[in-house]
Amino acid sequence: MSTGAVLLERGRIETAWAVLARVEDPEIPVLSVLDLGLIRALEETGAGALRVAVSPTYTGCPATEVIRARVDAALTRAGLGPVEVYTVLAPAWSTDWITAEGRSKLTAYGIAPPTPHGSVVICPRCRSSDTELLSAFGSTPCKALHRCRACLEPFECFKCL
Amino acid sequence: MSTSAAGRTSTAGRTSTAGSTSTAGNTSTAGNTSAARLRYVLRIADLSLVLGQRLGEWVGHAPALEEDLGLANIALDLLGQARLLLAYGAELEGRGRSEDDLAFLRAPDEYLNPTLVEQPNGDFAQTIVRQVLIDAFQLALFEGLATSRDERLAGVAGKAVKETRYHLRYSADWLIRLGDGTEESHTRAQAALERLWPHTRELFEEDALDSDMAAAGIAPRLADLRAGWSAEIGRILAEATLQRPAERYHRWAGKRGEHGEHLGYLLAEMQWMQRTYPGARW
Repeated sequence: MSTGAVLLERGRIETAWAVLARVEDPEIPVLSVLDLGLIRALEETGAGALRVAVSPTYTGCPATEVIRARVDAALTRAGLGPVEVYTVLAPAWSTDWITAEGRSKLTAYGIAPPTPHGSVVICPRCRSSDTELLSAFGSTPCKALHRCRACLEPFECFKCL
Repeated sequence: MSTSAAGRTSTAGRTSTAGSTSTAGNTSTAGNTSAARLRYVLRIADLSLVLGQRLGEWVGHAPALEEDLGLANIALDLLGQARLLLAYGAELEGRGRSEDDLAFLRAPDEYLNPTLVEQPNGDFAQTIVRQVLIDAFQLALFEGLATSRDERLAGVAGKAVKETRYHLRYSADWLIRLGDGTEESHTRAQAALERLWPHTRELFEEDALDSDMAAAGIAPRLADLRAGWSAEIGRILAEATLQRPAERYHRWAGKRGEHGEHLGYLLAEMQWMQRTYPGARW
């Protein structure tokens, strides 16, 4: 009996992780919330709800609320509800939490993955290291604008946080 | 009635609101009351909110698209900080008000931000000088708050410290380019510095509430932040070939709700929708 209950619980959590792997970031749809490292905890409460801890990327990022709503909707649609999504601030989200798969997806999408301040940014199109910063801020809170001096294309770079 | 209210843990904030406007910080245990904690949180929240609103005025008007984006992005970070802090403040207050109520329905003398952040944008040099002075202060403050005994403050600060470091890199970079640029940009940057410098002194003036918060391990000592701030500003000014102004008399005390003429106009613009159509929602 207890074994059955454990299996059932594991089933719901595992299914939930699989569902979350398909929840896209609203600004960079090529990345899932898992690629970004935004899901901090996933657990079942005593009352039978699925509790999801979500970390915001940037404090003021307008996408945060969309992400919370998408997580809630996706899990509910998969029949895993009731769902409780809550925000976790500490420890603060870091671009180090973007997964290796997430980083390669970013490059393939044309956005240079985050690199520490002052280090070389590789052009995601032609792989040249001859690039320059155009603007420390870009079209969304998480990106800066760069330019490649080899292929002359402008490109975005994920800000390192 | 009164006995049942006293026994309810959820109304903790209610008992301390009666004398909150005048007595916060007067007793040595103030750090432990939610009224005092609320007042301290509002000081930090209002700094972010008012500066965010000011920077938002540049949207569509900045000298170049990149600067439009930069200032708007910084404003967005500040607004995010303000939201988290005001939401916490509303909980501490315990009167059923929301973060929006605190932002849109408080009068100028209830705003507790330092007067530096309410100063008008002026020209680009004035905006950048104001930003450098306050970014360096916020960075030191958030670094201190990141280890606060108050977990909520520590959480917000730990996140904000990284963003603020990024802001300072941007503003310092611009101040160096303006100061060490053309004769015109140098003159304007120095004039902005002379105009805004007197407002920096109140950033480090510690009153009873600040002392209580520091003693309770909730906030860093303002006096301890000053040396680091001063050294950082000195480094930036030297590279920008700008002169540090002499200390001058000042009479502002934004943290006690004593503001100059500019805050009222800023709030009038920010609050008019809620004031005109109370309870309006998106």
